Amino acid sequence: MANFPLLKLWNVSKIFPGVIANDNVNMSLNKGEILALLGENGAGKSTLVKMIYGVNKPDTGAIFWDNREVDINSPNQARAMGIGMVFQHFSVFETLTVQENIELGLDKEFVEQLTDLRQEIIDISKKYDLHVDPDRYVHSLSIGERQRVEILRCLIQNVKLLILDEPTSVLTPHEVSGLFRVLKKLASEGGSVLFISHKLKEVTELCDRAVILRGGLVTGECIPAQETPESIARMMVGSEAILSESYPKVLTEEVIFSAQQLNLAPTNPFGCGLTDVCLTLRKGEILGVAGVAGNGQEDLLEALSGEDTRADKASITFADKQIGHLNAGARRALGMAYVPADRLGQGAVPEMSLTDNTLLTNTASLTQGGFILGNKLKALAKKIISDNNVKCHNQTSQSKSLSGGNLQKFIIGREVQQAPSVLICAHPTWGVDIGAASAIHRQLIALREQGAAILIVSEDIDELFVVCDRLTALYEGRLSPIVETQNTDIEEIGKWIAGGFIDHKEANHA
Amino acid sequence: MDMELIQQILIAALKTGTPLLLIALGELVTEKSGVLNLGQEGMVLMGAMAGFAGAYYTGNLFLGMSLAMVAGMIMALLFGALALSLNTSQVATGLALTIFSIGLSSFMGGSLVGSTIPGFKAIAIPFLSDIPFIGDLLFNQDILIYLSFFIAGATWWVLHKTRVGLTVRAVGENPHSANALGIKVIKIRYLATLFGGAMAGLAGAYLSLSYTPMWMENMSAGRGWIALALVVFASWRVGYLMLGAYLFGIASILHLVMQGFGFDISPNLLAMMPYLATLIVMVLISSNSLKQKLSTPMSLSKPFDPKLH
Repeated sequence: MANFPLLKLWNVSKIFPGVIANDNVNMSLNKGEILALLGENGAGKSTLVKMIYGVNKPDTGAIFWDNREVDINSPNQARAMGIGMVFQHFSVFETLTVQENIELGLDKEFVEQLTDLRQEIIDISKKYDLHVDPDRYVHSLSIGERQRVEILRCLIQNVKLLILDEPTSVLTPHEVSGLFRVLKKLASEGGSVLFISHKLKEVTELCDRAVILRGGLVTGECIPAQETPESIARMMVGSEAILSESYPKVLTEEVIFSAQQLNLAPTNPFGCGLTDVCLTLRKGEILGVAGVAGNGQEDLLEALSGEDTRADKASITFADKQIGHLNAGARRALGMAYVPADRLGQGAVPEMSLTDNTLLTNTASLTQGGFILGNKLKALAKKIISDNNVKCHNQTSQSKSLSGGNLQKFIIGREVQQAPSVLICAHPTWGVDIGAASAIHRQLIALREQGAAILIVSEDIDELFVVCDRLTALYEGRLSPIVETQNTDIEEIGKWIAGGFIDHKEANHA
Repeated sequence: MDMELIQQILIAALKTGTPLLLIALGELVTEKSGVLNLGQEGMVLMGAMAGFAGAYYTGNLFLGMSLAMVAGMIMALLFGALALSLNTSQVATGLALTIFSIGLSSFMGGSLVGSTIPGFKAIAIPFLSDIPFIGDLLFNQDILIYLSFFIAGATWWVLHKTRVGLTVRAVGENPHSANALGIKVIKIRYLATLFGGAMAGLAGAYLSLSYTPMWMENMSAGRGWIALALVVFASWRVGYLMLGAYLFGIASILHLVMQGFGFDISPNLLAMMPYLATLIVMVLISSNSLKQKLSTPMSLSKPFDPKLH
């Protein structure tokens, strides 16, 4: 066995206009090793990985593969060398079958020399316990199964290095442990894995070694098993940032917002609609809705926020008023606020300045007789930016120029300053780095302290346990029972996310 | 009605449906790659004009036919240069292409109006054409009709059974993912658009070299637009496309036959029949909205710029 690493980066730098994405990065990866690449958003992880996968080329420095210096010019070349990648937003095609999807990701010559691709898929999926039926259409698969398709696509070409970009963010806890088994098996056979994540617990559980990036620089290297999540987090964010603590849980009584027997048909062929959704939201509490994407989250958010007004008038009530038929604007006028899932597009208009985006949800207080109160508007935009520590040039910056975390801080700040009595908040920290996430959590807790009721829909169970007072799970458009956070644990919510509550509930009825 | 009349109606329907089928097959492939080319009507006219001119001056029908396909492809290339390379709006570019082609074909073909040539002759296939009833219908036609059968089968086969077809469908569904897998999205879209141009040109050749062997301004008479609608109603499926095209043909002939029989219905109402009948049947076919959505190319008419990824 040779004693050189499979992959070695030597003083690799990549500069984009105005920003150094990677600054003299040195890193190596051995055969059979599972290496974590840790870092906050914007730390340069994606840029680094794209250079390994041939999407970008380094400006300076060199990449060594099997002890030879290489120029990786395209993903095709990377694949031919034995590098496979599973993207964060899967590159699968919904209207094609599993087999067709896998075939597309393989080289033509490779497919031609295979005698039977279908049999090969079945064999490999058996070997790695990655069961998927080659003839099924991808649109009928769950998110976890789609990821298996991507992994199979790599494994089938005898991948030597498998790169996974935040692979667990869309999986249920059960699916995560399945994925980890596959990766460990791959490593035990001599394959290498580069695992990009910001979930520290998973890294401690899975990875042999971790390289930590901050601001494009390698700031540390550690053996995760010997560290605590807190000590790794420090390396990622630096010593000055404040991390999320756990917040005291509160229990309140007075119901301000509720949904009863909410039934909606799906609005697209890949959706699942809502079935018999009942929930109550009390003043001064945070209710968390856990669940994996594609289980009706969009339908629920649209129905509660008023984007979708198909619901029965009586099925949604706010402060004893029936509001099921009211549109989003009318619900806002009553004192509700909404932070949508899609920050750039629904939450803010990308090309408009932060000032103009401030006006969008504050038209009543910032206009008079049809005219905009310019000075008042500017002052408010400035206040939102400074109060919430939003990093931007100034209030005239276009919203699309902000990083995801800063834009989210701005949007939540904009909603919070209206002092709403109910806030519906979708995926508050999705794709946001640890520092910004804890700031966002503090914003939400502060609003709760003021007596507002908050509903959070999130795919991040850990986050829900940190901020929520009561929890529920959404599975295929059905809502589980609501429990107090103190009386449950990740394991139970994890089961509910996968539909575990359905039998349980029917048994109770019987 | 006697069998002979029915046979004559079906033969006429086949001839009327063939140009629609050809145009629609081309557009189907173009759209499957995510490109909406509304220039079909214009490309048909250019094909018809070029085909007739080629056959008239050289006396060779096959040369005319080839020229028609080349003319369609040149127009498609023009569309591609604008909509695919320069990322102009596909809808606006396609419409402009049609308007431009109507004028250009009238201008270039001006001196040919009124000329006639002997068109393609029917070729009876030995033995098969002796089968009663269907022999004359299916095996005693001209070369372009046989070609249309072949192209329909080949299009289905290539789209669903080969890697090339898989690539085209993948590009039409999600060009971003296709690009990440190393597929050259723009190249595939160009090829699909060129195929659409060639088929529209061939349909033009059918009109000016076989259906009515002459050249006349605007002789496509809206067939490009009907074919465009047919593709949507057929849910981008080749089998339904053939059904729709021939159904339109039958209905077009039937209204003439009915007038001949002296039905007491306004001829104007009868003239609506082909459109109405095709529309109703096609709406019934495509009423399964889930299936419809799954077969719709999801990136249809959305530009893709590889430099931004």
